[in-house]
Amino acid sequence: MSDAPPPSTREGPPPGLVKEVVRSALRVENVDTPRNRVLAVAHTVWLHLHPTKVPRYSVRFSFTWGAGGISFLLFLVTVVTGVVLMFVYRPTPEHAWLDVKRLDFDVPFGMLNRNMHRWAAHAMVIVVWVHLLRVFLTGSYKAPRQFNWVVGVGLLTLTMLLSFTGYLLPWDQLSMWAVTVGTNMAAAAPVIGHEGPFAAPGLSATNDVRALLLGGPTVGSAALLRFYILHCVALPMALGLGCIVHFWRVRRDGGISGPGTSGPKGAP
Amino acid sequence: MEPLLHILLKPDNVPIVLMVPLFAGILLHWWRAARRHDRLLVEGGEAAVRRELDGPLPEGTPEPKLHTWPYLLRVELIAALATVVVLLVWSITLDAPLEQLADPTRTPNPSKAPWYFLGLQELLVYFDPWVAGVALPLLIIAGLCLIPYLDVNPAGSGFHSWRGRRFAVSVFLFGFVGLWLGLILVGTFCRGPGWNWFWPWEPWDRARAVELATRDWPALFGVSPGPGASLLGGATVLGWYGLGLVGWRLLRHRPALQRLGGSRYAVVAFLLLTMLAVPVKMALRLGFSVKYVWTTPWFNL
Ligand code: HEM
Repeated sequence: MSDAPPPSTREGPPPGLVKEVVRSALRVENVDTPRNRVLAVAHTVWLHLHPTKVPRYSVRFSFTWGAGGISFLLFLVTVVTGVVLMFVYRPTPEHAWLDVKRLDFDVPFGMLNRNMHRWAAHAMVIVVWVHLLRVFLTGSYKAPRQFNWVVGVGLLTLTMLLSFTGYLLPWDQLSMWAVTVGTNMAAAAPVIGHEGPFAAPGLSATNDVRALLLGGPTVGSAALLRFYILHCVALPMALGLGCIVHFWRVRRDGGISGPGTSGPKGAP
Repeated sequence: MEPLLHILLKPDNVPIVLMVPLFAGILLHWWRAARRHDRLLVEGGEAAVRRELDGPLPEGTPEPKLHTWPYLLRVELIAALATVVVLLVWSITLDAPLEQLADPTRTPNPSKAPWYFLGLQELLVYFDPWVAGVALPLLIIAGLCLIPYLDVNPAGSGFHSWRGRRFAVSVFLFGFVGLWLGLILVGTFCRGPGWNWFWPWEPWDRARAVELATRDWPALFGVSPGPGASLLGGATVLGWYGLGLVGWRLLRHRPALQRLGGSRYAVVAFLLLTMLAVPVKMALRLGFSVKYVWTTPWFNL
């Protein structure tokens, strides 16, 4: 799999038009040889996260339940459907709820798109938990994979925060009160919350850590804007970056764990 | 039965209803695989487990490994398609809820957090908000991060097993399934107006008495609130964590604890006792109406 020149730069008359387009896009001829099977993975940016060959146990669905991969797929679904939602939705108390109503009743496929976004998000929470459970039960956090488990806990936290910030955006009774219940905890934080033990002197509902989170003492327009920006920009970027680190580490830690593979290892 | 149906069919609760058979199935699969692998381990070590998991070599493949294309990518493709199909069917049949416009002057009763945080909300019954909403969540995250550094037992890495790591697996399943998932189910199915306990088949009676009379732990021994009660409460909490020291005295010669070492043991004992304090405090509250174990002028536990 050394870097042979792509087929289209070879000597001789050019191949037919369609063939040339396909070849130049894929860089691999559609002929099933062991070499081409390797190239099909190694020469494609989308697939090069994978090693070109894998141990046999790792293609068993029941070993990983596909949970890590499905978590990532569900994340991608929420990104795509979320961008579509953003074309309609405006994060202000005057517009938010009506915009969601508009999505439900006016916008073509708006309801379906919103449903996909919401259910993919809920499913993602569950599937990430399933992934955590399987990584624990197969002991896959043991050396040399300790740190990737820590990265995973970061991804878990970000997943929960994404779900929570998104919950506010429809701006209905359900979302406002669920977020009120949740953020009231921040007011009880020791030292930095005004209702917490050892609250710093001078702290009140308008300047404690909950006020920082909400942009004020209660869930209002500032909170909606803050949650919107966290939900649509900051947290997805953090999760995306985290996934890059996570996947990189899976490869560098020697690929998916399996029986008889623990102990320090280099790249596969 | 009507309240139960109402809760079951609430669109945002569907994930919880799906979650129960999903996790039950996964645990069953784990248990059967673990038993099988434990047997194989005795017979032929990890190599035997590996042979079983690897299965026979597909025909025409000369090497022990498989090409990613097609063997792995086709599994991924099928899993992705199945996921999208499930999601589409779910989204076509069930609409995301949209209730009345947010109204800061009308508090719904009960007002529940999203389902994945209901376990923490349930803890508010037993602990002050700084414990249930701040300290315990942070300890959960920190404790999860520490697992790989605290579990120094090399057994059972990379396959389902039980024999070699009974302690670690029991602790994790107790925390994750028993407490985290269990309390979510309680919060979803058994809590109604005023956060009172309603069995899922009971109608929500809004007039039900709200607050039971509670007392503090020292009152069980006839100590009335005041400095004496503070001292007794503090001694109780200290004594609880002191169990970690007792454990060390009794068990330190065991090979597993020798391997663990003093500093790791201290962290394990602290986290484990904190986790166990949760059901203990729940039992005190539900069985003996105990509100606080330890009261001080600054904080209550
Ligand atoms: C957004 C969340 C997450 C995504 C998208 C994700 C994705 C993945 C993927 C695709 C893999 C490859 C193997 C597999 O599919 O099982 C993997 C492996 C792994 N994940 Fe995650 N993960 C996430 C969260 C977590 C969490 C919460 C943990 C644990 C606390 C974790 C720990 C690990 C570890 C240790 C491995 C290596 C497993 C092995 O070698 O067998 N990940 N992850």
